[in-house]
Amino acid sequence: MSPRLYRTLKIGAEITVPILLLVGWWLYTVERDDPKFPRPTTIIVEMRKLFFFDQFDTHVVPSLERIGLGFAIAVVLGVAIGIPLGLSRIGRSAAMPHIEYWRAIPPPALLPISIILLHSIGNTQKVAFIAFFCIFPVLLNTIDGVRGIEPTLIDTARSFRIPSHERIRRIVFPAALPQIFAGMRTSLALAVIVMVLSEYFSSTNGVGYVLLISKNTFQFLPMWAAIVLIGVLGYLLNALFLLVERHVLAWHRGWRAATPL
Amino acid sequence: MSAAPVLEGSTARRPASGLRAPDRVVSVAVPILSVLVALGLWELISRTELISQRDLPAMSTTVQALWDMVQTSVFWIALGHTVRGWAIGLGLAALLAIPIGIALGSSEFASSAFRVPIEFLRPIPSAALIPLLFLTLGTTLKSEVFLATFGAFWPLLVQTMYGVRDVDPIATDTARSFRLTRNERLFRVTLPSSLPYIMTGLRISSTVALILAFTAELFMGTPGLGQRMNYLESFGLNDQIYALALATGLLGVAIHFAISALEKHVLRWHPSQRKAAAS
Repeated sequence: MSPRLYRTLKIGAEITVPILLLVGWWLYTVERDDPKFPRPTTIIVEMRKLFFFDQFDTHVVPSLERIGLGFAIAVVLGVAIGIPLGLSRIGRSAAMPHIEYWRAIPPPALLPISIILLHSIGNTQKVAFIAFFCIFPVLLNTIDGVRGIEPTLIDTARSFRIPSHERIRRIVFPAALPQIFAGMRTSLALAVIVMVLSEYFSSTNGVGYVLLISKNTFQFLPMWAAIVLIGVLGYLLNALFLLVERHVLAWHRGWRAATPL
Repeated sequence: MSAAPVLEGSTARRPASGLRAPDRVVSVAVPILSVLVALGLWELISRTELISQRDLPAMSTTVQALWDMVQTSVFWIALGHTVRGWAIGLGLAALLAIPIGIALGSSEFASSAFRVPIEFLRPIPSAALIPLLFLTLGTTLKSEVFLATFGAFWPLLVQTMYGVRDVDPIATDTARSFRLTRNERLFRVTLPSSLPYIMTGLRISSTVALILAFTAELFMGTPGLGQRMNYLESFGLNDQIYALALATGLLGVAIHFAISALEKHVLRWHPSQRKAAAS
């Protein structure tokens, strides 16, 4: 088989397989004709009715707001705590047991506690909860990124008497940035999951709330619409993030490409 | 080439030629001291009513509640249920994800054919499936296992695919020129080379499986620690809620250490582990 034909076939498969899967799903639901498994077309109609754009404000915006705020707080805190920890061995020794513990605990185990502590089932609790769990991927990757810096770089800066805050701003932070971004991407995916969990546990609006209400009222259609919406949301946020990353880390990619591995 | 995400503190250390005394103090005494300080702070914040004792039971109260709890059979049965959900979910995920990952990883054609569906299904938060499972499969072990398997499947699949793709082509070609059959190549070259990736995937998946087993119990009421948590919450028994959360965290840590030990054992021949052992 010529390489060109192979490539054409490959691209063909990349396009047809997802379509076949969708058609398979559609045929299955038509065949089953079960209200528990509505047709994809019906789900899309329901999605439009529920989320786009009549009730966009009541269902989608609060969820996005919580993800955005929680994620932003987590990134800022993760980097701010991670850089000093990456630079200090004693600090790392002291912090590691705590990080290991909080990272290992299943997030939902803290849902009741977050409500008790914060006296809230609104944005305070949701944002705090999302931020808390999204810190860890950013924090650990920041620590690792800082530790992975070529020691010569820091030594050179030091021998040029560059003050330590400048050293952090100009050398440590940029050098750790690719790894920080890797952590941020994990955190963003986590933010969506934690958002759904916290809204599903107790809330008055948001996508997770739609899930909760449709479960309580045995309505499968809005439930499916919410599931698909959450999937699309996760996919789009990830795609958007990759776009931003490509832009911000353009210098890094160029540099990597220039140095033979 | 972007940096791979690190999911935990890596074990690679700067070459330390024998631990000097201050090093040992830092690596042993500091963590212990820091945990003690944190526990002390917890006690202090609660006792001085900085946060009321009702909202944050003191450390000693919580530990006492935990001590009372571990003397009941209810606790151990619930723990057993959670561990069972986790184990079956993780096992099934491994059984599915590793063969599929090897198949997709070794064929460029297959991996590009399924790229879009995988990229689309992977980020779906498994949490979104909870109400659907609740209404279709009910509050059974089946729902819990399905959820845990679904969540644990993706990280393991992706890691296995990367691992297989990362096999040194020279090793494969050498094996081929020695006329090793497809099967022999699989078991002697591909699998051992991709094992580090698979073990990393297993470690990530085991955390995910525990989270989802607990989540299923909390939200759907399948028996286990999560269901106990829901029960305690509905009675507002704050001391016990804190004790149970503490216990759940310890279970998470225990599982993490167990999987890390397994990884170390399975990969004892691999350079990454040798280096870690030397330092």
